[in-house]
Amino acid sequence: MPNLIQTQNLTFTYHAAESGALGTPSAAAPVLREINLTIQRGTFVAVVGANGSGKSTLAKLFNGILLPSGGKVYVDGMDTLDEATILEVRRRIGLVFQNPDNQIVSTPVEDDVAFAPENLGVPPAEIRQRVDDALKAVGMYDLRRHAPHLLSGGQKQRVAIAGVIAMRPECIVLDEPTAMLDPIGRREVLDTVRRLNAEHGITIVLITHHMSECIDADHLVVMSEGEIVMDDTPKAVFTQADRLTELGLTVPPTTALLHELRKSGVDVPVDALTINACAEAIYKTFP
Amino acid sequence: MLRDITLGQYFPGDTVVHRLDPRTKICMVVVYLVALFTANDAVSMAIMACFLGLVIALSRVKLRLLLRGLRPLLIILTITGLLNMFLTPGEPIVSFWVFNISAEGIYRAVFLVVRIVMMVMGTFILTYTTPPMSLTDGLESLMGPLKRIRVPVHELTIIMSMALRFIPTLIEETDKIMSAQKARGADFETGNLFKRAKALIPLLIPLFISAFRRADELAVAMESRCYHGGEGRTRMRGLKFRRRDALTGLTGAALLAAVIGLVVLR
Repeated sequence: MPNLIQTQNLTFTYHAAESGALGTPSAAAPVLREINLTIQRGTFVAVVGANGSGKSTLAKLFNGILLPSGGKVYVDGMDTLDEATILEVRRRIGLVFQNPDNQIVSTPVEDDVAFAPENLGVPPAEIRQRVDDALKAVGMYDLRRHAPHLLSGGQKQRVAIAGVIAMRPECIVLDEPTAMLDPIGRREVLDTVRRLNAEHGITIVLITHHMSECIDADHLVVMSEGEIVMDDTPKAVFTQADRLTELGLTVPPTTALLHELRKSGVDVPVDALTINACAEAIYKTFP
Repeated sequence: MLRDITLGQYFPGDTVVHRLDPRTKICMVVVYLVALFTANDAVSMAIMACFLGLVIALSRVKLRLLLRGLRPLLIILTITGLLNMFLTPGEPIVSFWVFNISAEGIYRAVFLVVRIVMMVMGTFILTYTTPPMSLTDGLESLMGPLKRIRVPVHELTIIMSMALRFIPTLIEETDKIMSAQKARGADFETGNLFKRAKALIPLLIPLFISAFRRADELAVAMESRCYHGGEGRTRMRGLKFRRRDALTGLTGAALLAAVIGLVVLR
């Protein structure tokens, strides 16, 4: 089955009891409306949207932490509403959250990474193997005996990713994993995520509001007020810079520069995303 | 001062004490505490001190670390010492105003302070050398029989391990909030006891709110990692009694027997 995650007319409303408290949106208005989204195996999908666009809620619906108010979410053909398969859904779709401190359950590092396979009832010898593999995959093997609270933000977030990899998931959904990190930590995490996608073939869904993190995604989904407004390649999305600005989103600096040049009458292409491609495009226009 | 709190922290190492089965260590702490409170003269106390010294040496826990852990207890220790020194009846050697200090008083004060220090050090060695997960696995295994009378043993032990895990995080957070409040003119250090306690309110409220939010996020993260209670859970580090555990057990029994023997014979 090529489709790993599929949503059908997915709608979600917080119950009155859950809303209001701890900063969740107020009742009545659905947080997500009629979402039809397909995520294919092995791809790198970025989801962007302004605050309150419903992107974090969408992440929690993917692995059945939240259940749809209307419509369906299928993971490898399994309905997240089916209690019999919910553990298998959660094993296949790993979630990584914004604050690494609040998702690390144990100390030292290797005991934390072992948490998920222990829950899954994996035999001890295999847990050891999985923990070592996961820590090597995120480059934290040398620090396996460290206490997590003594690590840097980027290292903690990589431990959190290792904790999810130890489940041997098909897909990792990261909900603004870099929001609380400094630039170095941010690069560490993004490089790790890209490597997991390229070398280990793990499907990645990266939820973010940093446009520059979306440049090398295969697909870019733009959300606004609980709906998907664009779903295309990053190139195609960024050519509509005005539309993005309207939605309260910024475009990457390269795209912004090309758009400005174009507005002032210089004939440059607007779909060069990386710094090198952008420089090339400008160079070609002014020989 | 907050940084001195090392309660429940684990310091990785690879000594014989680190490698002992957590159940052995928990039992040994119980035996040690019973022996410590049975010991009531200089000789038995000296035996206890030798034992503690041996364990510290074997575990290679830095003495500085143990002493730092004691720092938050300084006030309690001082009060205990002083009260015992002044309030123990006996022939006064020094007396001034209404205070009488007797030889018995000094002896009792020193004795009690040493006992408390040794008690705290002994229990610290347990948490310093045992990862929280092993500690809770050990406790869960020891309390296993209680499951039969429907005590939620797994839930209790997982709560304990989360508490241990979050001690450093919450200490860090308290420090941050304190700095933020100080920057806005809060005063935690002057005034009488009542005033100082009142100054803690703007510290505790944000701390509690953030703790609840953390708990909420932690629960979601745990569920996302397939946590579904203790049923069907396996462990990376299986618990296994080895020869060293048997030897440690024998040492513990000998220690307790020696101390009880000394007390009874006297």
